[in-house]
Amino acid sequence: MTYRRTVLGGIFGLTLAATAGGAALAQETVKVGLVLPMTGPFASTGRQIDAAVKLFLAKEGAVHGGRKIEVILKDDAGNADATRRLAQELVVNDKVSVLAGFGLTPLAMATAPIATQAKVPQIVMAAATATITEASPYIARTSFTLPQASEPMADWAWSNGIKKVFTVVTDYGPGIDAETSFASKFKAAGGTVESVRVPLRNPDFAPFLQRVSEAKPDALFVFVPSGVGAQFMKQFVERGLDKAGVKLIGPGDVVDDDILEGIGEVAQGAITTHHYSAAHDSPANKAFVEAFQKANPGMRPNFMAVGGYDGMRLIAKALEATKGDASGDKLIAAMKGASWESPRGPVKIDPDTRDIIQNIYVRKTQKVGSELHNVEFATIPDVKDPVKARK
Amino acid sequence: MSLSAFEAQVRQALHAGRLWHPAEIGFWLLAFAAFVLFPSHLLLLNEIAILALFALSLDLILGYAGIVSLGHAAFLGMGAYAAGLLAKHVTADPFAGLAAGMAAAGVLGLFTSPLVLRGTDLTRLMVTLGVALILYELANSFGSLTGGADGLQGITMAPVLGLFEFDLFGRTAYLYSLSVLFLLFLIARRVTSSPFGLSLRAIRDNPLRASASGVPNGWRLAAAYTLAAAFAGAAGALLAQTTQFVSLDVLDFHRSADLMLVLIIGGAGYLYGGLIGAIAFKLLQDMIATFTPQYWMFWIGLFLVLFVLGGREIIHGGVAAIAGRIARLGKGAAR
Amino acid sequence: MLTILFDGIAYGMVLFVLGCGLSVTMGLMNFVNLAHGAFAMLGGYVAVLSMQRLGLPFLASLPLAFFATALVGVVLERLIYRPMYSKSHLDQVMFSIGLVFMAVAGTDWLMGSSQQFIRLPAWLQGRFEIAGIGIGRYRLFVIAICGLLAVSLQWGFTRTRFGSRLRAAVDDARVARGLGIPVNRLFAFTFALGCGLAGLGGALGIELMGLDPIFPLKFMIYFLIVVTVGGTSSITGPFFAAMLLGVADVVGKYLVPEVGAFIIYALMVALLISRSHGLFARARA
Repeated sequence: MTYRRTVLGGIFGLTLAATAGGAALAQETVKVGLVLPMTGPFASTGRQIDAAVKLFLAKEGAVHGGRKIEVILKDDAGNADATRRLAQELVVNDKVSVLAGFGLTPLAMATAPIATQAKVPQIVMAAATATITEASPYIARTSFTLPQASEPMADWAWSNGIKKVFTVVTDYGPGIDAETSFASKFKAAGGTVESVRVPLRNPDFAPFLQRVSEAKPDALFVFVPSGVGAQFMKQFVERGLDKAGVKLIGPGDVVDDDILEGIGEVAQGAITTHHYSAAHDSPANKAFVEAFQKANPGMRPNFMAVGGYDGMRLIAKALEATKGDASGDKLIAAMKGASWESPRGPVKIDPDTRDIIQNIYVRKTQKVGSELHNVEFATIPDVKDPVKARK
Repeated sequence: MSLSAFEAQVRQALHAGRLWHPAEIGFWLLAFAAFVLFPSHLLLLNEIAILALFALSLDLILGYAGIVSLGHAAFLGMGAYAAGLLAKHVTADPFAGLAAGMAAAGVLGLFTSPLVLRGTDLTRLMVTLGVALILYELANSFGSLTGGADGLQGITMAPVLGLFEFDLFGRTAYLYSLSVLFLLFLIARRVTSSPFGLSLRAIRDNPLRASASGVPNGWRLAAAYTLAAAFAGAAGALLAQTTQFVSLDVLDFHRSADLMLVLIIGGAGYLYGGLIGAIAFKLLQDMIATFTPQYWMFWIGLFLVLFVLGGREIIHGGVAAIAGRIARLGKGAAR
Repeated sequence: MLTILFDGIAYGMVLFVLGCGLSVTMGLMNFVNLAHGAFAMLGGYVAVLSMQRLGLPFLASLPLAFFATALVGVVLERLIYRPMYSKSHLDQVMFSIGLVFMAVAGTDWLMGSSQQFIRLPAWLQGRFEIAGIGIGRYRLFVIAICGLLAVSLQWGFTRTRFGSRLRAAVDDARVARGLGIPVNRLFAFTFALGCGLAGLGGALGIELMGLDPIFPLKFMIYFLIVVTVGGTSSITGPFFAAMLLGVADVVGKYLVPEVGAFIIYALMVALLISRSHGLFARARA
């Protein structure tokens, strides 16, 4: 027993010495703690954001505002307790000036008290529930919120002759956000909505889709986490719902660029609203997609990647504005109101809520050449997060 | 020999079992000293202390009563949510939350104990797993109460004893968790070396014979199960209070699976197995995760396979030999 | 409603194929093999790879999935399962969990963590209506194949000499050995068969349940339920258990979606309390 402790104590001591030595060299660099789900069911989110962050540093350089940005990547496997501990260690041991990443809502929420207590800005690059930015005055978001994407869908659906909608969402924060924001907007316009929520761990959509086909709605509004979208689409088509004339609508998560090719033909014809499509027609985006695919062969950037890319852009811009001062209060103040041209379109960080203001596009999934893409055909400009805007 | 002489001998053996082995004293001194020795790793140490308490609770039923459980996380989660909800809605006093967590988990243990009394090992595995899964889904469904998949937020703890705030470095957290662990450990130690503990071991080794000797199997097992549940609830409460956050993960299968791994590493049936296993497991996980952030599960799995295939005998044998040598150096109390 | 019943039966059939291999190995070898899901996953990936890389049609990939997994089963049984037979149940459980962890992480490394998709041949896609019941072609196919398997397994189990030797070995291995039955070879063969069936189930299930590296962890619960509720000493037990659970799950989610996920677990716990040796096991001494 004692022998084991001695060995472990020795290893501990060595690690301590190593980190102490490392800390001495860190005076000039600004450290960014990047906490992402690199393993587990949401690993695709982590992969995309990690690739985007690396791409930013390669393309735009690591020196901004006179300081060198160093990214420390940690894997939380999508587990909120791990995220919290990793964030805490990054702040306390590695002395990071910014925390970034957060692939899911609970991961971002768990870290919020740490950001507040340590006065460290927390950049949310992926999580999408509306209330996240209210959890701490140090949170800024570069991804999107589900209500931001879902409410425009309600407007578009109503003005295009859809009167009756059945919503199917996964039963967790973002899903509930999507359902409530869509349903309230659509009902306010005069439509009827029937809803069902599927459990997060669901192997088979059959029973839920059966209900949909029996209700015979004009459209099916769907939100499921990106890993499950393909399965959902397949069963949608297998049940003959598309042939029965039920349109597939919803936020763009279900036709995520990362897996769109894998979903295949069944995705064609889906109408979605989202803040980013890899097919977005702008020079900034074309350059982004090209560079991304060159650095990561076989991968197409999706909305997660653009959230990561823009998150780094926000940090860089803030550092330039504060002329290298990396203290938390100055950084977050510089972030408020920051605006730039992102691959997705023009974006701005709302100075009141620290959430992102961006264009929402209505897109149709169709073939462009030999590949499937979400082709934008309508734009709703400068959408603020509606939940907070109403308060 | 006569009955009273035999009884006296048993009592003497039990009493001897309660004496403190020098290695034990060293262990606890080092545990408390770790606070000053490793000031920048207090967060990790806090997690180890909580995991150790959780493992201790499983050891009570697995090592001493022979009940296999793949769903012990149910009690961890029950304690965590109870403590978290109390702190959020009623009072933020840590001790109140601890008591609430233990009580809630204990009650759950009492109610589910009939399920584990009957059936084979396999049935028990499945039933305990099923209970944990049901609890998981319940916590998910009552999202308005528990926060659902997003987790329970807004827990801010009052200072311990009104004096020690929960700080960012984990100083208060570690001492708090360690003290709770130590106190509950003392209780467990007393219980297992009492006649009650002896009867549990009898039931574990041969239930038929135990009941034939007059031991009320059902009640004893239920009592042990309830006590273990309360201990696990305490671990859950500590988790909720020191991290100020509770998510559904606290009820997830991997918690129960990791726990079994901890007990296997440390060895079940002598109370320290859970504690040592927790230290070894957390350090192992941390080290592996630093080297390969993405595929550490593979190495943990490999370690597990090799350990069970033959590694355990080597490690435990070596450790036991060294512990024996130390015992001969010290006062040499019988274990 | 009947459509849902049909869907539930299809789902139950896949659960049966996945679970019956596990139940026979558990009954025969008294070994709790939680890694069974890993074999199912292996079969699924073999099917996907053979279709994508080798260009095999779907129907040909199914027997390939079966045999490849069975082969792996034979090799693993000989190399690492044998030393585990004599260890305690707890050790066996932990051993198999270790295998699952390795399988999950290894598959993630080799194949990436995203869902795998296959393209079904045209004659298996879509659905048609009979008397108001929507019959999915693929589900019908699955029911047919699994039904055939169930019948042949049952026949093999109860009507052949091999089957009776197997049943003897399950009842009492020592006496069976004494009678000259080569129990070890039976073990190896049955384990291989169980793994092969798991692989086939995994391949069949890709369309219905998806396939990704955490498949064994997601579905472990389901096949364990089939086995514990159905008992380990027959083929009919797991069959009816799988049917019951498949239908209950699907119908439950349809009728009461809010508690849909619950129903399987609550049902399992209820069944286990009332019949602690499984629904169809004979009483053992």
